[in-house]
Amino acid sequence: MTFSYFPGCTLKTKAKELDRYARISAEALGFTLEEIPDWQCCGGVYPMAKNEIASKLSSVRALASAKQKGQALVTLCSACHNVIKQVNNDMKTDSNIVLKANNYLKLDEPYQGETEVLHYLEVLRDKIGFDNLKAAVKNPFTGKKIAAYYGCLLLRPGKVMQMDNPENPKILEDFIRAIGAEPVLYSQRNECCGGYMTLEDKPTAQNRSKAVMDNAEEYGAEMVITACPLCMYNLTKNSGSNIPVVYFTEILAQALGLE
Amino acid sequence: MADLKEQVLTTSGVNPLKCMRCGKCSGTCPSYDSMEYHPHQFVYMVEKGDIETLMKSESIYKCLSCFACIERCPRGVEPAKIVEAVRLAVIRQQGQNHLKPQQIPAMLDEELPQQAIVSAFRKYSK
Repeated sequence: MTFSYFPGCTLKTKAKELDRYARISAEALGFTLEEIPDWQCCGGVYPMAKNEIASKLSSVRALASAKQKGQALVTLCSACHNVIKQVNNDMKTDSNIVLKANNYLKLDEPYQGETEVLHYLEVLRDKIGFDNLKAAVKNPFTGKKIAAYYGCLLLRPGKVMQMDNPENPKILEDFIRAIGAEPVLYSQRNECCGGYMTLEDKPTAQNRSKAVMDNAEEYGAEMVITACPLCMYNLTKNSGSNIPVVYFTEILAQALGLE
Repeated sequence: MADLKEQVLTTSGVNPLKCMRCGKCSGTCPSYDSMEYHPHQFVYMVEKGDIETLMKSESIYKCLSCFACIERCPRGVEPAKIVEAVRLAVIRQQGQNHLKPQQIPAMLDEELPQQAIVSAFRKYSK
């Protein structure tokens, strides 16, 4: 199985490990991530305005590139996933955006939302299967209490993202079970970490990330996992908590005996 | 100003008349405490055409784009899109960028991910 792959800006810089562990785990599980050529940064947040076109084009280019190869497009960073999946929805449903994006891009064939966008976790769940992942685990995290942190971008808006129930998700908890650990349920798992507000309003980012980490700790978490480099930053740097926060791909690779 | 209201409605694609004033958007907003005007106020102030007051408020820079209000609104109003449209009405004007590249070096630290800077520029500048 080969997928087109959009790594995104931070996975080439501050979050290289998120990317590297994903690629080696993919190979061990029997699928390949083929980085799309000349991809451009997604912009980090989805441009919500109906009349924003230019800021959606990098996503459309990536989507069209995957379509050309006849592959699904896999993302890993929660932000890239959110932006690209929401832009893809626009390219299926908003005729004005479809018209203007295609007029500008002049692709060989107009792009109209044909590409399937999958987060790496959805590949594990829907293409590999958590049962098969469980069978491939060499070093299970037996007895380890791990809290899944979804944040906002993986799940919302639920109607567009369609990854899981946006208010009561289980994909990450099922992943945690598959690698032999025990998921910790806590109420802040799908609330915002403070995001980019860390740049100009530190107290907001500190309050948010502290609320998340304190809540995870209260419910007995020994570790928190995330798919997002900005969540990782806020939860480690702005929360004041000492509980380790790791990328889900890192513990995946460890469970598969790759590290 | 009627044309300003029209601009915000067109940009956001939101119909504020769908709002039933339950306040759930503001109740779930992670930036509530740092906002002068809260998401439900954005909705009814835009409905009334009171756009300029919102344009002058720092509240337009406090939305985290976490989509909590959009997800949890029982009427599908999508308040975050209204906040975004009011902010765009400001930063699309010449010289009105809220974040400038020369401010960035002072904000950097060793671990700050590129994603934070990219996202902030998309929200705050044109």
